[in-house]
Amino acid sequence: MLILECPYCGVKAEETELGAGGEAHLKRYGPGSDDDQFHDYLFMRENPKGVHFERWRHSNGCGKWFHAARCTMTMEVFGTYSAQTYEPPQEIKDKITAKRPGWSWREFSDASE
Amino acid sequence: MSNPVTATNGAQFAGIATVADAGLQGMITLRGDLSSSVLQAAVKAATGAAVPAQRKIEISDNGAAAWMSPDELLLLVPYEQAVAKTAELAEALKGEHALAANVSDARSFLSIAGEGARETLAKIAPVDLSAEAFKPGDFRRSRTAQVAAAFWLQKDGSFRVVCFRSVGAYMFNLLSASAHPQSAVGVYTA
Repeated sequence: MLILECPYCGVKAEETELGAGGEAHLKRYGPGSDDDQFHDYLFMRENPKGVHFERWRHSNGCGKWFHAARCTMTMEVFGTYSAQTYEPPQEIKDKITAKRPGWSWREFSDASE
Repeated sequence: MSNPVTATNGAQFAGIATVADAGLQGMITLRGDLSSSVLQAAVKAATGAAVPAQRKIEISDNGAAAWMSPDELLLLVPYEQAVAKTAELAEALKGEHALAANVSDARSFLSIAGEGARETLAKIAPVDLSAEAFKPGDFRRSRTAQVAAAFWLQKDGSFRVVCFRSVGAYMFNLLSASAHPQSAVGVYTA
């Protein structure tokens, strides 16, 4: 059972109280972009064994969307953070680096590498 | 005006706890900036209660204000006054980025009282309801079996449960099953 702490109401919510929202930090390209970019936005998803970033919604609670960083292999949760951001906060990245040196995920990676 | 009734119309069940329809309750959903002094004054005027802290409920003599999310409150007022209070709130909040809506008839309101009240609710909600973790004045939005619900603990040790009216009968049956006399687990009894 996955337990995530909602950054908006501070509840340590278990999975049944949450709604999964798929991969985090997807970028939708605007006017002037080409078909390949739109294709990638629609279909290309990460499927990592290890560090992963996801969107979740506290659907049976405060109703807010938030981000979570976790490990798909061990179910370890590195942290949750606000939805109003384009990339994981440094604090979350540091926590991941401490536990999974050399991690990388899309354009984000261990800064010490 | 028609004669308003609740979804379960005064139903009651006694088991390890007493589950009862808590009757008609005026409820107003208020969204806005909870740190705004205009909003805080409007909440005080409507309910007599202050804006609650995160996951808390502030109860006054004939009203209450409960924390639903970082930008939402649930205001409890007497049922007959809900329409007027909603209008007063809208007037008081003019110019604010806020919205007050009367949701009294969209909700069901139940109570769980007695020895087994904590256990009755704990069996169906993924929430730590032990005496150390959940105290009077604590408020929580969560899930009870298959439906969303909000509940809080009164000073007298009884719970109040708020859910959508459309699932009011389901909620009553669910709580009754959870309070069945032969279903006691005794997890929260000393």
